[in-house]
Amino acid sequence: MDRKKTGIVLTLLLVMTLAACRKEVMEQLAVAFPGFVKPANFPEPAYHFSTNTPTREGFELGRRLFYEPRLSRNNTISCGSCHIQSAGFTHHGHDISHGIDDRLGKRNSPPIMNLAWNTTFMWDGGIFDLDLQPIAPITAHEEMDENMNNVLAKLQAHPDYPGLFEKAFGSREITSANFLKALSQFMLLCVSSNSKYDSVMRQEGAVFTEEEAAGYALFKQKCAACHTEPLFTNHSFRDNGIGIGFNKDSGRYAVTLNEADLYTFKVPSLRNLKFTAPYMHDGRFYTLEAVLDQYSGQVKHTPNLDPLLQQNGIPGIPLTAAEKSALLAFLNTLNDKQFVTDPLLSEQ
Amino acid sequence: MNSAYKIISLAAAALFALASCKKEKNEPVFDDKNLAPLSIEFDNIVGGQNLYLNSGSYTNAAGETFSVSLLQYFISNIKVQKADGTEYVVPQDSSYFLIKEGDEDFSEALVNVPEGDYTRLTFTVGVDSLRSTMDVSKRTGVLDPSGGMADGMYWGWNSGYIFFKMEGLSDAAPVDGSGQHKFRYHIGGFGGYNAPTINNIKTVTLDLTERGIAKARKDRKANIHLMVDIGKVLSGSTTVSIAAHPEVMFSDYSVNIANNYAGMFRHDHTEN
Repeated sequence: MDRKKTGIVLTLLLVMTLAACRKEVMEQLAVAFPGFVKPANFPEPAYHFSTNTPTREGFELGRRLFYEPRLSRNNTISCGSCHIQSAGFTHHGHDISHGIDDRLGKRNSPPIMNLAWNTTFMWDGGIFDLDLQPIAPITAHEEMDENMNNVLAKLQAHPDYPGLFEKAFGSREITSANFLKALSQFMLLCVSSNSKYDSVMRQEGAVFTEEEAAGYALFKQKCAACHTEPLFTNHSFRDNGIGIGFNKDSGRYAVTLNEADLYTFKVPSLRNLKFTAPYMHDGRFYTLEAVLDQYSGQVKHTPNLDPLLQQNGIPGIPLTAAEKSALLAFLNTLNDKQFVTDPLLSEQ
Repeated sequence: MNSAYKIISLAAAALFALASCKKEKNEPVFDDKNLAPLSIEFDNIVGGQNLYLNSGSYTNAAGETFSVSLLQYFISNIKVQKADGTEYVVPQDSSYFLIKEGDEDFSEALVNVPEGDYTRLTFTVGVDSLRSTMDVSKRTGVLDPSGGMADGMYWGWNSGYIFFKMEGLSDAAPVDGSGQHKFRYHIGGFGGYNAPTINNIKTVTLDLTERGIAKARKDRKANIHLMVDIGKVLSGSTTVSIAAHPEVMFSDYSVNIANNYAGMFRHDHTEN
């Protein structure tokens, strides 16, 4: 081969290589997948990422499964049916949620939000690992009324899923572990951290109005012991004095069989309240005003009433009308519009 | 054949037989790399009768007649011990078994142990707390939480395995939602993950010396045959009345049933 020919071949090779590189780079840019990113103002997550690291393929598979009605007995109900994104991943407008065949459950569906920081799941904390969480709604009679074996068989027989599992986990065989880990990957990335409050805390330019600032000061004084920043829950279980519910739900007691846990429920986060009414474990309050009225004047004496709600012999948290309105202004800064509209978390 | 020859032959045969006898009695040197199969058979009975699902009729200490439609339980963490105290713990990943009455494939626990003569057998009824809290990828085989609510051995709402499940019919039980006089005992509870609660994990140790020690050898499979008297589930240290307790699941009362069933295992014989 003479020098000229060699030169042409080399140039061609170089051009081809560059083209290939460029295509790869472009593809990577188009589908950049951030994985799980801890917001700067959040603590370290509690989830065991070492055994399940979100990947693009795993997350996308998890998202598809989250919106997959085949998870229910008659293929009518998906996770997304009762955890609606525009409602902060809750069942907006329903005090207690209804599942398959319109059967009613006994509790208000909690949000799929910031679960990477949760140490327990469900209102009673009966589940200790996010990977084990989906088994409960799938098998519950009034939710999806299905069993895991059937779900795995339906997915295995589907034209798409074996290939999607292979992409995500390297095997076309759909196992309980990979099915559950994919769902976890989607749920872990349901992170809400872009409210006005977050922007203020991260000093990104936003500032509280005077009323919001007054509400924040009140919040820190009267609410933060349980609704601890920045997740607005300390993940503890409390009897907040709303009284025994219509269905006598014993709360965390059912999990621990400890009398001290009777009628206690997990402290919910205060993020995205604008989208997630009604409130409390049984959805008994439809407005935040009703919630504040409850805390300020209607706390009931039950055997395990939280000590924080009976200080100096006064039940509840005394609040004036002006204080309530300041608190509501502050709570309004915890709403994260981006989270409830993020197309990455929507059904595709 | 002349008689001298006969005598010599006989003597030789006798010597040979003796030698082989001697060899038989020789216990192999304990070597945890030199494994032999050992099975533990769980033969479910009720008092002096065999257990027949659905068709059999039995009476408990409270005088209530009942039949059994479903019986299954977890056996795990198997350990064997020799007379000199040498112990072998079956590696955990190979030590979880589901026993299901009426299903031949789920009637025994098959493990591998070093060649040797074993005088004691220890196992757990249920699933230990460590495995109960392990990553989902370690929950394969009988521990896969994919069973249905009807026959599954996993609680989705309160993460944990059901160690022992027995259901059946009894006129003593009130009519349930399905119109049947059904009793249901689903017993579990590993002690709690982040808050302490009931622990129904039971460890059972059986002495094999009286009814036949297990001689584990590579060229055959020793079988420890246990009789499991499920009548004791209702009639042990606590007399359980079906009328008073037709349904026992995750509750304080379940401790009584677990204590009862911990005493239902008896060594019957060993096939070597």
